[in-house]
Amino acid sequence: MIKYINKHNNQIALMTGILSALGLITIGLLKIKVGNYFFLLGGIIGGVPIFVKAYEALKIKVISIDLLVSIAIIGGLLIGEFEESAIVAFLFLAGSYLEQKTLKKTRNSIRKLVDLAPKTANKITNASEIEKVSVDDLKVDDRISVKPGGQIPVDGQVVKGKANINQAAITGESKLVAVDNNKEVFAGSIVDSGDIEVKVTRIGDETTLGKIIELVEEAQDTKSPAEKFIDKFAKYYTPAVLIISLVVFVVTRDIKLAITILVLGCPGALVIGAPVSMVAGIGNGANKGVLLQGGNIVNQMSKIKTFVFDKTNTLTNGEMVVSQVKEYEELTDDDKRIINGMEQKSDHPLAQAITKYFDGQQDSIDVITIKGQGLIYQETLLGNELLLNSNGVMLTEAQKNDLNQIQQDGVSTVLYARQYKLKAIIGISDVLKNTAQESLDDLRKLGAKNLVILSGDNKLAVNYVANKLKVDKGIGELLPDQKLEYVKEFQHKNPVAFVGDGINDSPSLATADIGIAMGNGTDVAIETSDIVLTNTSLKSLVYAYALSKKTTNNVKQNIFIAIVTVVLLLIGLLLGVINMASGMLFHEVSILVVIINAMRLIKYNYKS
Amino acid sequence: MKIVMQLDELSCPSCLQKIEAGVGQIKGVNTAKVLFNASKVKVDFDETKVDQNKLVDTVTNLGYEVKGVKVK
Repeated sequence: MIKYINKHNNQIALMTGILSALGLITIGLLKIKVGNYFFLLGGIIGGVPIFVKAYEALKIKVISIDLLVSIAIIGGLLIGEFEESAIVAFLFLAGSYLEQKTLKKTRNSIRKLVDLAPKTANKITNASEIEKVSVDDLKVDDRISVKPGGQIPVDGQVVKGKANINQAAITGESKLVAVDNNKEVFAGSIVDSGDIEVKVTRIGDETTLGKIIELVEEAQDTKSPAEKFIDKFAKYYTPAVLIISLVVFVVTRDIKLAITILVLGCPGALVIGAPVSMVAGIGNGANKGVLLQGGNIVNQMSKIKTFVFDKTNTLTNGEMVVSQVKEYEELTDDDKRIINGMEQKSDHPLAQAITKYFDGQQDSIDVITIKGQGLIYQETLLGNELLLNSNGVMLTEAQKNDLNQIQQDGVSTVLYARQYKLKAIIGISDVLKNTAQESLDDLRKLGAKNLVILSGDNKLAVNYVANKLKVDKGIGELLPDQKLEYVKEFQHKNPVAFVGDGINDSPSLATADIGIAMGNGTDVAIETSDIVLTNTSLKSLVYAYALSKKTTNNVKQNIFIAIVTVVLLLIGLLLGVINMASGMLFHEVSILVVIINAMRLIKYNYKS
Repeated sequence: MKIVMQLDELSCPSCLQKIEAGVGQIKGVNTAKVLFNASKVKVDFDETKVDQNKLVDTVTNLGYEVKGVKVK
């Protein structure tokens, strides 16, 4: 019976509505007294599902809103106010229905992510045939085929073919990414062109997309301090309303007044206002590659004044490239082949940048490695000044000046000498992201007061970046625990966010008021940080900051709307212009207003 | 063992308390958590003491339709 009632809530609401309308028509227009029975019937039918819910909650010792409304409806019926009872029941049921529908909209963003994960896959069988199977039936190491327009259903590794894929589901960026052999691909990506065979590495909840979904779901239920306060408040508020109305009845003996207080006291918009904004805000971020891990995080992020960056991978691309070559003698193809051949033997990070730059042929040669200096091959030297000096190659004053000049710009240098003569200085540096300046300016515009770089990289390189980007402070050659000390020091002044790649600096990430992991959706990043930015663009950091401010404002607006509603209702009651039915209407409207206000966050998009 | 039940849209905060209390009382259930916004119930339970069907039935009897079940 209870199940039946719960299932047919909407039909019951409709029936109550029709009966109330019939009552209004017969009494109001036709002036037939019998119409009152329509209201009586409406009050009873519409009351039943509310009574049931109130009873279920009472069983587990919870005084719910349903209980307040139930008592009001029964009280109304007992004193012959059939009309008001029926209308209250109808408005309450119809309101719940609309709330459910609109709430669904605010939660839709996460559902979009869930829908991105395909349910079926084209498995390649042992007989090299393609078989359509459910994703749940796939196992690790199975092979699947994905054609243009198709979605990659699992995390895996490309084993055959080439394709351009759209990874927006994971990174929030819809720029196409080229993949071929051995490249990792993620569930939810769409193959734009090309044809690939993928070896399965992770399925279902284990995939990166699965983890992001789980994170966002948990985040939407992690409450901010304001929400927690309201929850606590509501817990005592509802019983308090019940007691007040009882006291009013005992003192005034006015049942009508007592039950009106019950209806007006429902804590509707106040309870739902803050969470609904958070859900919409967090959902918005999830679709843009910004994972805010809870309402408390959104709140804290909106208050951040100091941003601390770990330079590599956040402000710079974290990839060393040859940025300049100062030639004293033109480098011949022969020179380039030798440079390439020598660096091929080295696993130094600078070596990779050089071989990438002088891309081409190479000689397979035997080199001698001098630790801390460089490489030697016959009469060729490739390394620092010390290597050249100790092998009898002295730099001229002019050359020394050039070298200093280049190093001042934070560029690492490799000297190339042949037959006891310096032929070239190769400058290698980590390149600034092209959105770095613009993004830092945006952060300041949004309210950041203090931008700092703390890096383990050498001082010259850090100073160069700090000057170029005009940050407030740049400190290099720091160990992880030294960075931590700085973070603590900044925290004395105002709330600090630490932006890192999510792999290094976990102490700083954990200690800062907000830890932000950039360009990384791994387990470690999710665990150690409060906000995960799944792509490497600094713009998503700006977005996270702007969105958290916008969401916190929305929460404030909703709390304001809810409080104004209660105050207005109270004034209305004192002036005697509000009764049970109009009070309920006012209430339901205020609930819909806060939900609609929160829905504005779904469409929000930050433009600098 | 862990079971995740997908429910129909939850809209009242008291549903949350109802389900958590209802499922939490069952013997063999370690923790029961309702994700209000995702409309999901996550239950950590001892499969030697309680059958997963009993968990699903309990939620259904509380008045919430269980639309999907995942066990890990």
